Amino acid sequence: MSTVTLTIDNVQVEVEAGTTILKAAEKAGIHIPTLCYLEGINEIGACRVCVVEVEGAKTLMASCVAPVAQGMVVRTNTPRVRAARRLNVELLLSNHPMECPTCIRNLNCELQSLAQSLGIRQVRFEGRKVDYPKDTSTPALVRDPQKCILCRRCVAVCEKVQGVKAIAPLERGFDTVIAPAFQEPLYEVACVECGQCTLVCPVGALYEKDYTNEVWAALADPDKFVVVQTAPATRVSIGQEFGLPPGSINTGQMVAALRRLGFDRVFDTDFAADLTIMEEGSEFIQRLTKGGVLPLLTSCSPGWIKFIEHFYPELLPNLSTCKSPQQMFGAVAKTFYAQKAGIDPAKMVVVSIMPCTAKKFECQRPEMRDSGYQDVDYVLTTRELARMIKEAGIDFTALPEEQYDDPLGESTGAAVIFGATGGVMEAALRTAYELITGKELPSLDFYEVRGLKGIKEAVVNIDGTQVRVAVAHSLGHARQLLERVKAGEQYHFIEIMCCPGGCIGGGGQPIPTNTEIRAQRIAGIYNADKNMPVRKSHENPSIQALYREFLGHPLSEKSHHLLHTHYTPRGKY
Amino acid sequence: MEACKCGEKWQELDKIIAAHRNRPQDLIEVLHKAQELIGYLPKKVQVAIAEGLGVSLSEVYSVVSFYAHFTTKPKGKYQISICKGTACYVKGSPQILERLEKELGIKAGDSTDDGRYSLEVVRCLGACGLGPVMTVNKRAYGLMKPEKAVAVLQQYQ
Repeated sequence: MSTVTLTIDNVQVEVEAGTTILKAAEKAGIHIPTLCYLEGINEIGACRVCVVEVEGAKTLMASCVAPVAQGMVVRTNTPRVRAARRLNVELLLSNHPMECPTCIRNLNCELQSLAQSLGIRQVRFEGRKVDYPKDTSTPALVRDPQKCILCRRCVAVCEKVQGVKAIAPLERGFDTVIAPAFQEPLYEVACVECGQCTLVCPVGALYEKDYTNEVWAALADPDKFVVVQTAPATRVSIGQEFGLPPGSINTGQMVAALRRLGFDRVFDTDFAADLTIMEEGSEFIQRLTKGGVLPLLTSCSPGWIKFIEHFYPELLPNLSTCKSPQQMFGAVAKTFYAQKAGIDPAKMVVVSIMPCTAKKFECQRPEMRDSGYQDVDYVLTTRELARMIKEAGIDFTALPEEQYDDPLGESTGAAVIFGATGGVMEAALRTAYELITGKELPSLDFYEVRGLKGIKEAVVNIDGTQVRVAVAHSLGHARQLLERVKAGEQYHFIEIMCCPGGCIGGGGQPIPTNTEIRAQRIAGIYNADKNMPVRKSHENPSIQALYREFLGHPLSEKSHHLLHTHYTPRGKY
Repeated sequence: MEACKCGEKWQELDKIIAAHRNRPQDLIEVLHKAQELIGYLPKKVQVAIAEGLGVSLSEVYSVVSFYAHFTTKPKGKYQISICKGTACYVKGSPQILERLEKELGIKAGDSTDDGRYSLEVVRCLGACGLGPVMTVNKRAYGLMKPEKAVAVLQQYQ
């Protein structure tokens, strides 16, 4: 590989040929501000915030796309550069609604912090504002075109990472708007509601639909018994909202915070993840040994479910009939637990804390009312929970570590790894291996299915059968894997998670969520697994009791009624 | 999906699309041919093109909505174009447009409900000396005034 030497702000730096000025500056320890740039995803040089002066060049260059050259002399901090950056940001502000104090992204907005760091104290222009209405059509997402700065990051992530292409730039000039074709509401098009767009939006133009008011109201209602469940991925991300390093494990503080907010019982989705493994593992064994449709596709991720319904309906027979852990939890809480605790399920409110926006859509699906009520009433993202904790004045970092309530709070290491890509597969293998062979697994760690590689494959010998498994995360990779399946490649079991990195990278997670932070959260997840006394779902005592007292056995009639479902094709248009 | 007045032209459209199957780079060319054939690009046509070329509907509509040449609404029997190029503009074409919009009850870019007239704005018809210029189905009328333009329309019923 040939290298190039250049000078940036009098610092000499040697980089590979073809590197952008921005990356070279990073290597030299020089920070160049960016706005529309999203590494590897949106490198289009549109916003002109990253401009720099290159000796001998007539115009300023967008450093995020301009490649280095031998002997190049770059200056990133000259009066001309500063004036251009200011002007460009001022122009973005010239038609931006100045609603910062009431904006959902206040204090976590890239436009706001840029204006601050560039020292913009006034906006000299008033631009024509667009009057496109807010799109609140989905249960999960809100799109506010008036706040949009047209950076196209959302379009890029939807297209390049997720392969969904639900939104695109429409019209032109001042009328440009990022929206679905024909400006139809998101609910009417093939949007999977994964919320990856909300993670990359630099401003308040795309965000989760907020249900905190509904939850506050339930908590304040003396007639309601409010139960909460927390998804595996939330315990390694919530701390970030309170200044803790990404990936730090704050399970105990989160439980304590939920109790202080007034939830009557604090339970764990991890319990339901163990239950999912019992059902899905048994379903896999049944399909494998009795000749069912293979490969079996996992069904925990609601964005993935909506994706297969829209784009691969022909593979629906491969999909596990298991509901997701969130929905299994709701169905068990309003039946088994309500009975056991003597609570009228009509008065029970089930709230979920999820890393996910698509879960908001999932809980409102008509299939998810098998308890006789809506099984899960409200879904809050990690971000919404953090806002409630802040609003309540709870000092999160100073909280003691508390334990989940019994019995729906007991879980295993197999459940916590549901939060990371490969985790569901690994948890299922831990249980399926032992149930099929009757022998103890020599090693619980299936390293081949862990990590951020897009598609992972492994072969596991179970009692003489070479079981071929594959794991994909992000829908772009899922699409590649599904095309392989359609082309005849043989697998037995496939795990798909909608979001990059799995649920730890979900659309409801703290902002920023990037590749580095995803890796840190994954490390947190596997540490949490390692620290658990029990690491296999079938050894969870509360799960064993649930089967003994209520469900009978996995795939029983009662299990089928409460924990399984079927999905339906939706069409692409 | 709205009904499309494509009728027997659908087979012809299928042929156009088939010649460009799985070639996303041909999108603009196919849109031109389809509009030439059908007169406009309703959703049904855009879906067929998206499906055939292997692009998303959002990309197709992104291109259709970007270029003023493409239209998603059927054109009227009489297509009225008002020039808003510099010369016509300074000689009063905005007032003519305003008057015709009022007369027809539609905005530029739309068609009347009875399908008789459609109204659009164009940039320079190359007859600046005759400005303001208006055309009806490609026949040009120069030195227009608002009332004169309304009178011209009386000939087109």
